[in-house]
Amino acid sequence: MEIGPIFRALMRNKTSYVLIALQIAVTLAIMANAIAIIQERSRLMGRPSGVDENNIFYLTSTGFAEDFDVRSTITEDLDALRNTPGVIDAISTNTVPLQGGGWSSGIRLEPGRDNESTGFAIYFSDEHGINTFGLDLVAGRNFLPTDVYWHDFDTNRWEGAGIITRAGAETLYPDDPDSAVGKTVYINDDDPITIVGLVDKMQAAWNGWSGVERSMLVPHKRTSKSTRYVIRTEPGLRDRLMPEIEEMLATSNRGRIVQGMRTMTETRERSYFMDGSMIKLLIFIVAVLTAITSLGIVGLASFSVTRRRKQIGTRRALGATRVAILRYFMLENFLVSGVGVAGGAILAVGLNIWMVQTFDLARIAWYIIPAAMLTLWVVGQAAVYGPARRASLVPPAVATRAV
Amino acid sequence: MFRYYLKLGLLSIRGNPMLSGLMVAAIAVGIGACMTIVNVDYIMSGNPIPQKSDVLFRVQLDSWSPDEPYDDPDEPPDQVTYLDGTALLKAGKARRQVLSYRSGRVLRPEGEEQMPFDVNSRGTSADFFAMFDVPFKYGSGWDKTADDNVEMVIVLSREINDRVFGGENSVGRTVMLNGDAFRVTGVLEDWTPIPKFYDITNGAFNEVEDVYFPFSVSISIELSGRGNTSCWKPVGVGGWSAFLNSECVWMQYWVELHGDDERAEYLAFLDAYAESQKLLGRFPRPLNNRLNNVMEWMEYREVVEEDVKVLLGLAILFLVVCLLNTIGLLLAKVLRRSADISLRRALGASKNAVFSQYIIEAGVIGLAGGLAGVGMTWLGLRGIEILYGQFDFVSNLVSMDWVMILAAVVLAIFSALGAALYPTWRACRIEPASQLKTI
Repeated sequence: MEIGPIFRALMRNKTSYVLIALQIAVTLAIMANAIAIIQERSRLMGRPSGVDENNIFYLTSTGFAEDFDVRSTITEDLDALRNTPGVIDAISTNTVPLQGGGWSSGIRLEPGRDNESTGFAIYFSDEHGINTFGLDLVAGRNFLPTDVYWHDFDTNRWEGAGIITRAGAETLYPDDPDSAVGKTVYINDDDPITIVGLVDKMQAAWNGWSGVERSMLVPHKRTSKSTRYVIRTEPGLRDRLMPEIEEMLATSNRGRIVQGMRTMTETRERSYFMDGSMIKLLIFIVAVLTAITSLGIVGLASFSVTRRRKQIGTRRALGATRVAILRYFMLENFLVSGVGVAGGAILAVGLNIWMVQTFDLARIAWYIIPAAMLTLWVVGQAAVYGPARRASLVPPAVATRAV
Repeated sequence: MFRYYLKLGLLSIRGNPMLSGLMVAAIAVGIGACMTIVNVDYIMSGNPIPQKSDVLFRVQLDSWSPDEPYDDPDEPPDQVTYLDGTALLKAGKARRQVLSYRSGRVLRPEGEEQMPFDVNSRGTSADFFAMFDVPFKYGSGWDKTADDNVEMVIVLSREINDRVFGGENSVGRTVMLNGDAFRVTGVLEDWTPIPKFYDITNGAFNEVEDVYFPFSVSISIELSGRGNTSCWKPVGVGGWSAFLNSECVWMQYWVELHGDDERAEYLAFLDAYAESQKLLGRFPRPLNNRLNNVMEWMEYREVVEEDVKVLLGLAILFLVVCLLNTIGLLLAKVLRRSADISLRRALGASKNAVFSQYIIEAGVIGLAGGLAGVGMTWLGLRGIEILYGQFDFVSNLVSMDWVMILAAVVLAIFSALGAALYPTWRACRIEPASQLKTI
């Protein structure tokens, strides 16, 4: 391998090669970090919410008439919903996972404000909650109809049962999460809640919250005029039932309006919309960048070949084969790309460190940089193949011409 | 000589369409990518109310828990309690002040043709409209006496007036919200402050509210808020009045103060108020009151999405790659023309002359790249609009104004000139006789 001569020839005319190496380096830095961001966002987006997303939809009922009676309306509505053919179950609640808005409260192991509290997302529910959301009960029991109570705005007491997620149990009782069943925790400083069951997963409404996996269901019905009905249908029936149910509720009680109907699927899309768009943008940027760098390599290599026609012709006249010429240019690019990706790797790490500090991004996984290096190396070689082949086709006779 | 170099430059560009085209394209793409993101960032961090942004201040009082701050590292709550808001309003120590919060109601149009529908409402004290320079189409807001007398008056947004009254002058007419009748005193013009600085709780770029009525009315009909309510202490027994007397923060308080003296005076007043509350057993944390003007407030609340900043960094690096490409192309062009250059030098052109000629040529390329870059930026913004189409407010963020267009062109010219420095310097160094030999 004639690395020595190639290298010396390179050094004599460094500039163009330095430029290409720099381009490759910066492209690598961008590419590696973009991939790191894409990976992290994809991971976030892939987290399951814990509910049966394909078959759940929800809508809001807001009462406005003077004689609007919350309790009877909710009771009648739930009755009608649960008896609709195709509906598995329904509840009246405040929000759903990933909705973006909801209720959270501090839960304490000991009563009294001085004691530490952990934030939990609160879902108002009843004995149909687990079945409506499609949750997995992994320990203890579901609520009984006797556990359910209506909230009293005047006394504002919360007392009774609660069901929490595994992640919540792990935070409260790190040494033995399963022992959570039967324990009493405290909400609102000193209102006791007895944990009667554990569910596997149920995310909170805020996907960016550090406590997103900690949720608590309470068998507590609110008497506010506005409520959300969450409805779970048999597989495949959701889209047909949605307008039917909306119509049914709108006409069954004229003292309220029905609005904000949405599926869980759309809720997830909206929740991760920024992340999904960021991923698309980054893929686009990386693709365009690679194209630009490849074109740069092709351009400069072509120019370099044209400039050295005489030299190539002379070498051929002296006996070099076509393959040898091809190999020369491929090797030359290999060296330049090598320097480029090496510098790029350092730049990528530096850029990542800066981004982690400034933007709270995730650290880059160790295998991404070598993978990106390899990719750009191969891309560079592919780009230079065209001009290199043209170089190899320069006839030996060129050496003898005066022009 | 400038015109001569210009002519030479144009001839050379035309003589080499492929190469010149590539250079212009490289610059255009780089500028396009960069300016698309810069544009979005520019609008997001723009001043929604430039004529008054430094006299409007958001008030923050630290009424929070002794055990931990509202937010790390030691930030007071961004909203105020009912007790504090009303106390400050009553004291009236600023030139103007406003206490408000967002809620929701059901609007019931007269007659049977239109179904009742949900509206976003804002319960606010009278100064809101004057303070925030809210434009009116018909009528006006209300005054302090209406606040004090709990008058059932209402101001409609343009959309709501169009929907309910067909866009007519509805001042004096009645609007039913749930079971309550309100008399219209005013209708707003289209009003889209970007961002919606006075209350960013539900989203910094959301639409403004549909209807506005006095804050005192909102409280009297026991209307709870549709924003964030945060409490560090449980509300306790007693329903709505317990909630009003609690330490829950759920309202926004702004003041208008002109000049540093007024600001210092008001801050002193806030501190004195906090001290007086401490004597009553409230405000357990050390004094930590804040007065941020509009731009400071938006920075504090980090209104510009972090994603935009990340993309901005990447876009600048993207531009760097494009410029490296351009340097390479310019260098190639210069080296190809070595014979031409050395001939000119041999005929007496100074290094300066050669330098000027090629710099001007690069400038022309930069200008062309900049204009093409404006086109690319426009395309990029349309792409952003499609990509982020789900959010209604996006259309407000993807318009280019003259400042941005000029910025694109200037950036292109400067980048092209910067990129041209090295190749042009190389061009000057070509010795007069070196290229004249035929071998």
